[in-house]
Amino acid sequence: MSGLLSGAIVATLGCFSLAMALAVVRLLRGPKVQDRVLALDFLYINGMLVMLVLGLRFDSGMYFVAALLIALFGFVGSAALAKFLLRGELIE
Amino acid sequence: MTNSGLLLWTEGLVALLLLAGGVLALTGAIGLLRFGDFFQRMHPPALAATLSAACVTLASIVHFSVLEQQLALYPLLINALLAITTPVTTVLLARAALSRGREAATGVPPPLAADETSSE
Repeated sequence: MSGLLSGAIVATLGCFSLAMALAVVRLLRGPKVQDRVLALDFLYINGMLVMLVLGLRFDSGMYFVAALLIALFGFVGSAALAKFLLRGELIE
Repeated sequence: MTNSGLLLWTEGLVALLLLAGGVLALTGAIGLLRFGDFFQRMHPPALAATLSAACVTLASIVHFSVLEQQLALYPLLINALLAITTPVTTVLLARAALSRGREAATGVPPPLAADETSSE
């Protein structure tokens, strides 16, 4: 792996980490509860993208599976939280 | 490393796509932090879920296709999954915010003019 690609990977991971830190600030500050759920949604998408970039960094296919799992369970969590905000109960 | 010219070219492409994805996600995060209203704040995370994810998956498609000398299209699965799941979450969250705002009678965008006349 050349210096160009590894440098770009480090810069991209820095961007994603900064984005996740800003989302955590919104998560802690968020005036309403739906802001916090939105920040959590953004956070899991960023974590999934970090997994994909790490898969590029280490040339491994296992990170792709981890990203797929994060996408699936993150969706389940976000949908459940939004449903809970909507109705106050999960299963009607 | 027989065709190092091709490899250098693809590495430049992958690096460019990754950087674009990172900068787009950062833009979405800044928008998420700085916008004033919840309904404005719903927009920037879509940037990370659509364009940033597309850039990163395209980069990994190019990288693994060159590395394994065959077309590796499986990262598109992530894009398909995001395209299915993100609108569901967004619509559910917007509905929850609307109904909660109506209950509290604050923070709801004003009704449309046509909507107002039809309800009266």
